[in-house]
Amino acid sequence: MALAKLKQDVTDARLAAVSLPEGAAWINAARNDALTRVAAMGLPTRRDEYWKYTDPSSITAVDAPQAAILDNDEGPLFADVDRVKIVFVDGVFDEDASDDLTAEGVTIERLADVAASDIHWAKDLYGVLEARGQKPVARPLAALNTATATDGVVIRVTAKAEKPINLIYLHNDASSDAVLHNLVKVEAGAEVTLLETGPAASRFSKLLEVDVAEGAAFHHVRAQGRDHERRAVTHCFARIEKEATFKSFTLTFNGVLTRNECVLEIIGDDASAHVAGACVGDGKDFHHDDTVFITHDAVNCESRQVFKKVLRNGATGVFQGKILVKEGAQKTDGYQISQSLLLDDDSQFLAKPELEIYADDVACSHGSTSGAIDEDALFYLRSRGVPEKIARNMLTLSFLAEALEEIADEGLAEELRDRLESWLNRHS
Amino acid sequence: MLEIKGLEVKLEEEDKQILKGVDLSIAPGTVHAIMGPNGSGKSTLSYVLSGKDGYDVIGGEATLDGEDLLELEPEERAAMGLFLAFQYPVEIPGVGNMTFLRTAVNAQRKARGEDELSAGDFLKVVREKAKSLKIDADMLKRPVNMGFSGGEKKRNEILQMAMLEPKMCVLDETDSGLDVDAMKLVADGVNALRSEGRSFLVITHYQRLLDHIKPDIVHIMADGRIVKSGGPELALEVENNGYADILSEVA
Repeated sequence: MALAKLKQDVTDARLAAVSLPEGAAWINAARNDALTRVAAMGLPTRRDEYWKYTDPSSITAVDAPQAAILDNDEGPLFADVDRVKIVFVDGVFDEDASDDLTAEGVTIERLADVAASDIHWAKDLYGVLEARGQKPVARPLAALNTATATDGVVIRVTAKAEKPINLIYLHNDASSDAVLHNLVKVEAGAEVTLLETGPAASRFSKLLEVDVAEGAAFHHVRAQGRDHERRAVTHCFARIEKEATFKSFTLTFNGVLTRNECVLEIIGDDASAHVAGACVGDGKDFHHDDTVFITHDAVNCESRQVFKKVLRNGATGVFQGKILVKEGAQKTDGYQISQSLLLDDDSQFLAKPELEIYADDVACSHGSTSGAIDEDALFYLRSRGVPEKIARNMLTLSFLAEALEEIADEGLAEELRDRLESWLNRHS
Repeated sequence: MLEIKGLEVKLEEEDKQILKGVDLSIAPGTVHAIMGPNGSGKSTLSYVLSGKDGYDVIGGEATLDGEDLLELEPEERAAMGLFLAFQYPVEIPGVGNMTFLRTAVNAQRKARGEDELSAGDFLKVVREKAKSLKIDADMLKRPVNMGFSGGEKKRNEILQMAMLEPKMCVLDETDSGLDVDAMKLVADGVNALRSEGRSFLVITHYQRLLDHIKPDIVHIMADGRIVKSGGPELALEVENNGYADILSEVA
């Protein structure tokens, strides 16, 4: 079927500016396949059902809009955590700033190197989960990432990793347009924590494909932040097998456009998938969109979606979350909550929670609310001598707490909580 | 200590006057009780004194040690030594009781130009005071008032009072929802805080709380005014005869 004219024009313009990177035959095939899929799907426009609340035009445009770089006086996150640091500056690997890519229990390679190898296990993962995740909802920007990404990390976890791996995305160029594609394969019974931090680029396309094998555990903690004018579209595609655990948490500060898509497919029994996010936005041009799609295709699995947004001065938050329970996925326990704290009348929260269930013995619940600070609680705190600003921030942090509780490591959670607190202090 | 003169208050949202000229003078170290039927304005008085939104002061004044209370923010009133024990303590999910207490204590100390309490010192004091109110470690760890029974909430109010060491304590129907044992525990907590420099205003429907917290002066409030004041015997009169006799007598 022909694409609508606007979609065709947007797609033609962007694809005309794309030249596929060259690599080994297998990755060339994957990139070509992805590009063909982009051309067939067309890039998103506002008319697409899942882009109704978020305008993709600055993402699909040929050139990345400028994004000023703000001073970060707080220092890097997780500085005291013993971790493997892998640094990308505006999407370009920085070898000097990075640690040796070695840690016990894991093999870490760069996609740039892997793409040049004629034979590599990554062949069975690169673009594979992304392609699977295109149904039933098309995600053309993810396919565009698969087609054009030149670098990223390729991680294979074979045991309990001795320390977390931290991808650090620095942003030094006000007009950078970065594309990274990461792969993580967690073998049966293995466990790893992936940290992702930093503003990354003026426009950032990032895709993560994760295969969590039987009894394995994948922990993901991400902080997107700082630069107010930055744009990011990220995708996480995960396949979760028997008795495996997937946990992902994202904290977002600032950003004129952030779209985080998380597409999880639970294919083994007794598995668990949690995805959570907290965001704080200040200003009319702040726009944050969480789009989640969790498919249950196995018995006795549990999934949780916990998303909290604090919006002020005309900021916009979007949540689109779906739980799909396939036929036979009995004993599914699905939970979804999306809430916003609107600190003024100008801010808005747009939510589209969806449940689609084809099994008859499941427990799924979802809820979505928008509210203001509880005035009774505020007065109670103030009547005890807590100054209004501190009291408001305490209540705001308490609103975000349920999402932060999804981080398994308390130390990491505490550090993010402190960052949130200092952000709130600067923005109140 | 607390001086209220001709205080007139209406609701902000509607044209309804609740307090119609309240006069009250509380000397240091004394315990005053206000009794009165529902809707007489007792709770409104406590809210207006502590600075809750939603009320317009249309006449009169209220001062604490000579300072105009009504111009101050709630937290400033608290730092000056005013404390309101709520009739319905608020549940605050996500804020730990201990964090809340410590933030409050240190905010008040800071406002008064005093050094903040260290975590260790604070913990020592709070444990000791919690013990005498039979508040266990679990209650201190939980979010503020979440999952607390009615009695636990009131004990938690008294714990806050003990930690903040206010000079003017207003207790708004602290006896409501308490059984006899819980009331005694709360009253013991209050009595332990009685001192020369600290005054209490105990708002209650019933005389029974006043068996445990013995007032120096009892006031009867009706229709937004204090209509009669007297000694503790006035509370007994209410207990025996209800408000009707007193109200008809002053009408």
